[in-house]
Amino acid sequence: MTAYLLKRLIIAALTLVLASMVVFAVMEILPGDPARLMLGLNASAEQVELLRDQMGLNAPLAVRYLHWAAGLLSLDFGRSYTYSVPVIDLVRERIVVSLPLALIALALSTVIAIPVGVFSASRQGRAGDTLAMGAAQLGVAVPNFWFALMLIYLFAVWLHLVPAGGFPGWSAGIWTALKSLLLPAVALALPQAAILGRVARSALIEVLNEDYIRTARAKGLPYRAVLWRHALRNAMIPVLTILGLQFAFLLAGTIIIENVFYLPGLGRLIFQAITQRDLIVVESIVMLLVAAVILINLVVDFSYAIVDPRLRAIPGKVRSGFPSGIAPKQILRAVQRFRETRNRSRGRQ
Amino acid sequence: MSLLEVENLSLAIGATPILKGVELTIAPGEVVGLVGESGSGKSMTALTIMRLLPHLARADGRVAFDGIDILGATEDQMCALRGDDIGMVFQEPMTALNPVKTIGEQVAEGIRWHTKAGRAEAEARARKILDRVGLPEAKFPLSRYPHELSGGQRQRVVIAIACALKPKLLIADEPTTALDVVLQAQILDLLRDLVRENRMGLLLISHDLAVVTEMADRLTILRRGEVTEAGDTARTLSEQQHPYTRELALASMHVPARPKPHLAGSAKPLLEVENIGRDYPGRRLSLFRPAQPIRAVDDVSLTIEPAQSVALVGRSGCGKSTLARMILALDKPTAGTIRFRGEAITGKPEQALKPARRDMQVVFQDPYGSFDPRQKVEKLVAEPLHLLEKQPTQAERREMVAHALDEVGLGPRDMDKYPHEFSGGQRQRLSIARAIITRPKLVVADEPVSALDVSIRAQILDLFAELNQKLGIAYLFITHDLTVARAMADEVLVMHEGKIVERGRAADVLDHPRSEAAQALVAAAPDLHRAIARKMQEQG
Repeated sequence: MTAYLLKRLIIAALTLVLASMVVFAVMEILPGDPARLMLGLNASAEQVELLRDQMGLNAPLAVRYLHWAAGLLSLDFGRSYTYSVPVIDLVRERIVVSLPLALIALALSTVIAIPVGVFSASRQGRAGDTLAMGAAQLGVAVPNFWFALMLIYLFAVWLHLVPAGGFPGWSAGIWTALKSLLLPAVALALPQAAILGRVARSALIEVLNEDYIRTARAKGLPYRAVLWRHALRNAMIPVLTILGLQFAFLLAGTIIIENVFYLPGLGRLIFQAITQRDLIVVESIVMLLVAAVILINLVVDFSYAIVDPRLRAIPGKVRSGFPSGIAPKQILRAVQRFRETRNRSRGRQ
Repeated sequence: MSLLEVENLSLAIGATPILKGVELTIAPGEVVGLVGESGSGKSMTALTIMRLLPHLARADGRVAFDGIDILGATEDQMCALRGDDIGMVFQEPMTALNPVKTIGEQVAEGIRWHTKAGRAEAEARARKILDRVGLPEAKFPLSRYPHELSGGQRQRVVIAIACALKPKLLIADEPTTALDVVLQAQILDLLRDLVRENRMGLLLISHDLAVVTEMADRLTILRRGEVTEAGDTARTLSEQQHPYTRELALASMHVPARPKPHLAGSAKPLLEVENIGRDYPGRRLSLFRPAQPIRAVDDVSLTIEPAQSVALVGRSGCGKSTLARMILALDKPTAGTIRFRGEAITGKPEQALKPARRDMQVVFQDPYGSFDPRQKVEKLVAEPLHLLEKQPTQAERREMVAHALDEVGLGPRDMDKYPHEFSGGQRQRLSIARAIITRPKLVVADEPVSALDVSIRAQILDLFAELNQKLGIAYLFITHDLTVARAMADEVLVMHEGKIVERGRAADVLDHPRSEAAQALVAAAPDLHRAIARKMQEQG
C-alpha cells in the first residue's frame, strides 16, 4: 500500500514539474512584451529596456523559470500587468467562488449519476433504462450554457427562486451565497452527470455478468442486495477514473458558465486576462488549474487503493497504476466511451 | 422419497430449445452424475434448479425440491432456498469470488442473510466451515482476500460458501475442471466427505466421464438437451446399452494410432536444453536485504529428437509453462543454454531468431482466446508467414493457407470466415493450421485439448498423431492430463517445483512411477477403467 501511494505521489510531483515547464515555455513563445504592454505605446525603447531589467525579463531562460517556479512554491505569482496588484490577491478573491462551484457540481453529478446508472443497469433493456439513457444522451448532447439559460429562465425569471446571476459574496451569508451558486452548479453538473451515468451503467452491466455475481445470487441474496453490495464497488474503478477526468472539464467549463451567470470566479478572471493580454495572470491560473487536476487524479489513484484490495497487497504486480485483472480493460473501455460521447456532443454543438 | 425430482423439464431461451423432457431424481445422501458435452444443457439444468436462468429463458415441466414446486415458486421463496437448502459450486474458482471482499465476509454473508445471526456469530460459523474445507485459521484468516489464494484454495472457499448452512442438495458444476489432477482429487474427496457427513444430495456435473464414475452412484447422460441414458453408474458404463454412452466411453480412452513408432537415438537431437534455469524477482521483505528470487525453473535439461513426441507433465505452477516459453524464446533463461538444431538460441537478438521461430511453433490451450476476433481466418493462419525468408505473394499466401487448412481437416472456403463462426474443436484445428503453415520441425502444445469435449479431444489427438506421422513434426506436450501423455507421448518428463524429477518411456513412467511427485500425479489422475472396476465391486 505505502509503496503504491509513494509511487503515485512521486509521479504526481513529476507531472507537476513537467506541466510547469510546458506552461512557462508556452508563455515564452507567445508574442507580446509585458514591459511594453505595461508602459503603453508611447514609451521609448530605453524605458522599456529599463523596465525589462527591473522585471528580470533579461535574465537567462533557466534563471527566469527557476525564479518563477520558486515564486509558485511560495504562492508568489508576481504582479498583474493590468491591475498592478499581486496575482495571488486576485486569485484568492476568485477561488472562493470557483472552487465551491466546481466541488458542488462534482458532488451533484455524482449524486445524480450513480443512482441513475444503478437504476439503468438493473433494468437493462427495459423501458426505464431506455428512458434514463435517452435523457442522458440528451444531457450529453445539449451544451451546458443552453441548460444555464433554460435554468435561469425557469428558476430565476419565472419562479423567482434564485437570483439570475451575480455573486453577493460569502459575507452576505452562506445560504444567500450558495443560492446564487446553485443554478450554475446544476448547469455544470447535468452534462457531466449524463456522461458519468452512462459510464456507471456500462461498468455495472459488465460487473453484473461476472462469475462472482452468480456466486452471490447462489447464496440466496436478492438481486437488489447483490447489486448494491457486490456489483457497485467493483464498478467504482472506471467511475472514479471518469470522475477524475471530468474534474478537469468542470474547471474549464466554469469559464463559460461563470460568464453566463456573471460570477466573479477564476474562469471569468482568466477570460478577462486573456483579452487584456495579462499573461502573468493567465500563466498563474493555468498553473493553478493544472495543479488542481493533478491533485484530483492523485486522490483518484488513492481511492483505487481503497476500493480494490489487490492494489494494496501486491505493489510488484501493479504496472500502470491500475489494479491488475479486469480493471485496466474496463477503464480503457470506459475512457473510450467517454471520449466518443463527448466528441459526438461536440460535433453537434 | 426423493429430494429432487425433475420431470419432463423443457427449456427454451427465446426460440432456441435448450432442454427437451429432462428427467432426474436425487435422494438424500446420493451422488448423481450429470454427464454430457458442452452445449448439452448440463449447466442449464443446474441453473433451472437454482432458478438462476438468463433472461428470456422459459422452463416447462416440473421441478420439485423437498416438496416445493421450484418452477412455480416466488423469487422470495427461491432466495430463501438458495444458499440455505440448495448450494452451488461453479467451474471457475479464479473468478467465482468477489475480488474486493474478504473470504470471511463472503462466507459469513450467506449465513447472516439466512439465519439473521449477528456478525460475530456468523463469523464464528464461517471460521468453522473454512476449517472444515481445509483452510485453517493460522494460514487462512477471515481477513484474506481472494487474490491471495490459489485456484484450489479459492474453490475450497466457494465450497465453504455453498455448504456453510449444510444444504440438503449441493449442485457442483464442473467443480474441478480448472484444477490440476492432484487438487481435483482433493476437492472430490472433500465433496465426498461432505455428502457422507450431512446426508447431502450431490448433483455432480462434468464432461469428464472418469471423474463422474469415481464419484456418482447414478449417472444421467445428456446429449443436445435430451437424456440418452440414465441408471446405476456401474451398470450403465459396463453394459453401455446406448451407442452414445459407448461413444463417450471410447472417446475418453482414445489412443490415436501411430503406425510408425519413434525410435529413440535414431537421429541427432532437434532440441537440446542444458541446465536451464529461470529466476523471478521475489517480494522484498526488508529494506536492507535483497529480495530472495523465486526459482521457477531449476537446472532443467532435456532433449527432443526429430519426430519424437515428448510430454512434460506436472501440477499447475510447477514451471512447465515457463520452461515452454524459454524453449520458444519468448522468455530469457537466467542460466543454461538452449540449442535448436545444434544452434544456440539463448542470448541471440530477435532478428537472428527468425529461422528458429519458423521451425518452432506453438498451440495454446484456449482456442477462444488465441485469435483476434476481428481478423479473418486467412490472416490469422498466415500470421507466421512473415518468418519466411522470401515473402509469398497474395496468391501464394492463399494457396499456403488453403493447404494448411486442408491438412487439419478444414476446407479452403473457411479462409474468409471469422473465428467466432467456428466451434471450439474447429478453432483448435485453426490454431494447429497456424502452427504448421511454416512446416515447423517442433510444435510446443500447451494443454492443447484440455478445453475440449471428449469426442473433439479424440479427433484433435488423432490430428496431432497424423501430422506427426505425415510431416515428421516433433511435439512437446505440456499437460497435467496424464491421459494425453499416455495417448500421445513417446517419452514423459515429470516436473515438480521447477525440477525434472523423473523421465522415461511413457508407459514406464505412467504405470510404474518412481518419484513421489509422479506417484502423486498417477494416483490422483482419474482413470475410467479403474473407476468402472471399482464401481462394479461397490454396486455388485
